[in-house]
Amino acid sequence: MSPGELICPAGTPAALRTAVDAGADAVYCGFQNATNARNFPGLNFTPDELASAVAYAHSKAAKVLLALNTYPPAGKVDLWRSAADTGARLGVDAFIVADMGVADYIARTYPDMRLHLSVQAAASSPEAIRYYCENFGVKRVVLPRILTIPEIRAIRKEIPCEIETFIFGNHGLMVEGRCSLTNYLTGQSTNMDGVCSPASDVEFIRHGDGTMSSRLAGFSIDCFGCGEKAGYPTICKGRYTAPHRSDPYYAFEEPVSLNLARLLPELIDAGVHAFKIEGRQRSKSYVRSVVSAFRTAVDDIRAGRPANITDLVALTEGQKQTQGAFASKKWR
Amino acid sequence: MHWRANLDPKGAKFVRGAGSRLSCVLIQPLLSYVVRRIGDRHPSVFARLGSYKQSAFLIDAVELPFALHLCPDPKALAFRAVPRDRAPHAEARIRGRFMLLLELVDSERDGDAAFFSRDLDVSGDTEAVVRLRNALDDVEGSIAEEAAGVLGAPGRAILARLRRAYKSEAKGGQQA
Repeated sequence: MSPGELICPAGTPAALRTAVDAGADAVYCGFQNATNARNFPGLNFTPDELASAVAYAHSKAAKVLLALNTYPPAGKVDLWRSAADTGARLGVDAFIVADMGVADYIARTYPDMRLHLSVQAAASSPEAIRYYCENFGVKRVVLPRILTIPEIRAIRKEIPCEIETFIFGNHGLMVEGRCSLTNYLTGQSTNMDGVCSPASDVEFIRHGDGTMSSRLAGFSIDCFGCGEKAGYPTICKGRYTAPHRSDPYYAFEEPVSLNLARLLPELIDAGVHAFKIEGRQRSKSYVRSVVSAFRTAVDDIRAGRPANITDLVALTEGQKQTQGAFASKKWR
Repeated sequence: MHWRANLDPKGAKFVRGAGSRLSCVLIQPLLSYVVRRIGDRHPSVFARLGSYKQSAFLIDAVELPFALHLCPDPKALAFRAVPRDRAPHAEARIRGRFMLLLELVDSERDGDAAFFSRDLDVSGDTEAVVRLRNALDDVEGSIAEEAAGVLGAPGRAILARLRRAYKSEAKGGQQA
C-alpha cells in the first residue's frame, strides 16, 4: 500500500511547527525571495529561520522540502543557485524544482539530494516525467491538477518515480508554470517573480450598498453582491462581461477549492505516494485544521477503517469545493 | 422610556460622539501599555512588516464605540482608540466583529476564510494588510491572552466570557 505521505504548507516558522504538530510527514516552504512561487509580502523564511525549522521538523521525524520552483530569468541564476546552496547546507530533505537549469545545478552539485518536480513544471505525460527522471534524477513528480484517477494510475505504471497529487486547496486548472495572466496586467510574473496577483496591485472597494469590487492593477476582476461569498483576486477567477455574454460570468474558472478527501482511498489504490495540501499563504489556523483532518483520514484508510472526514468547506475559496478533474473532466 | 429617546437626531449624534470620545480616553492607557508589551515580547513582528512598519492601520471592530488606530513602528509604536467620525489617516482599514478580529490576531480563525465569507472587510493598501496578517500569524501563543493578562484575573475572566458568548452566538447562527 502507498504510504500516503502528507505534505503540508508553511508560510512562516510558526506555521511549520503547527503543521508538524498536526501530523505532517513533510512540510514545504520557501525563502523570502523570487525563488519560490509564493513570494508574498511578509511570508516565508530567512536562512536562520529555516535552520531552526529543519531542526524542529527533524526532531519530530518530519521532513522539510524547500520550494525553488520558479524560473530564473535568462542569465540571472545566481539567486536560485545561492538558495540551493543554503538549503543544502541547512539540511533540507529535498528540493522542489521546476526549471531545468535549477534542476541541473542541484543534480550536479548535490548528487545525493532528492529532487521533486514541482507542479510548476506542468509535466503531465509519462514522456515528460521520464525526461526529468532520466536527466536530473527526479525522485517524485507533483502532478498537475488536470488528470483523472484512471489517468494517474496509467501514468504511475510508466514512470520510474513517486507521484504526489494535490488533495486540498487551490483548484489550479491553468497550465501551471505557463500562466501569464498576472504578468499581463501587473508586469510581475507568477512564474519568475513568484507572485500571482501581487498584493501591492490588489484593491478591494466596499460600496455603499454592501457590494464589494476587487481590482488588480486598476482593472475590475469581480463585484460580489451583498453577502455573496468571495474568492481570491486573481484574473483566472474573475467574472467578466463579454460581447457574447451580457451577464458577468467566470470566463476561466470559478472561485472554488479542491477537496479530494473522499477520493483518498482511490488515490492510494492508484499508487499515489504523497498528498499535498496547498496554502503556504494561509494562516496557522488553516494549517492546523486541514492537516489534522487529513492526518486522521489517511490514518483511518491505512488502518482499514472508514475514513473520518472533517467538513472543511468553511476554509474553501468561495466556500465551495470540488473534486475537479480527478473525478471527471466534465466538472464545469 | 430611555432619556436619549427624547433627543432629536442631532442631539443623539452629539451624545453618541461624546460617549465615543469618553470611551477612547478611558481605554487609551490600557491600549498603550498592551501594545508596548506585545511589541517588546514579539520583535519578529516588525521584521515581517518590513517597510510597512511606517504604515497606519485603522481596525474597526463594528460593535465597539470607537475604532483602533495602529502605527506599528517600533520607534514610535502607537495603538490608539479614536472616534470613528474623527479617525486619522490610515493606509489600510480592517473591519469586522470584535471577536472575529481577536480570533484572527490569535490565528484561531483563518483570515482568507473570513474574507471569503465576507465577515472581514479590508480596504486601502492590501499589501500592508497582508504583511500585518503574516507578521501576526508568526507569533506563537495568544496575543489576546497576553492583552487580557495585563488586567490580571479580571481581564482573563472578561476575555473568557466574551469568547463563550461569541461561540454560543456563532453556534446559534449555524443552527438557525
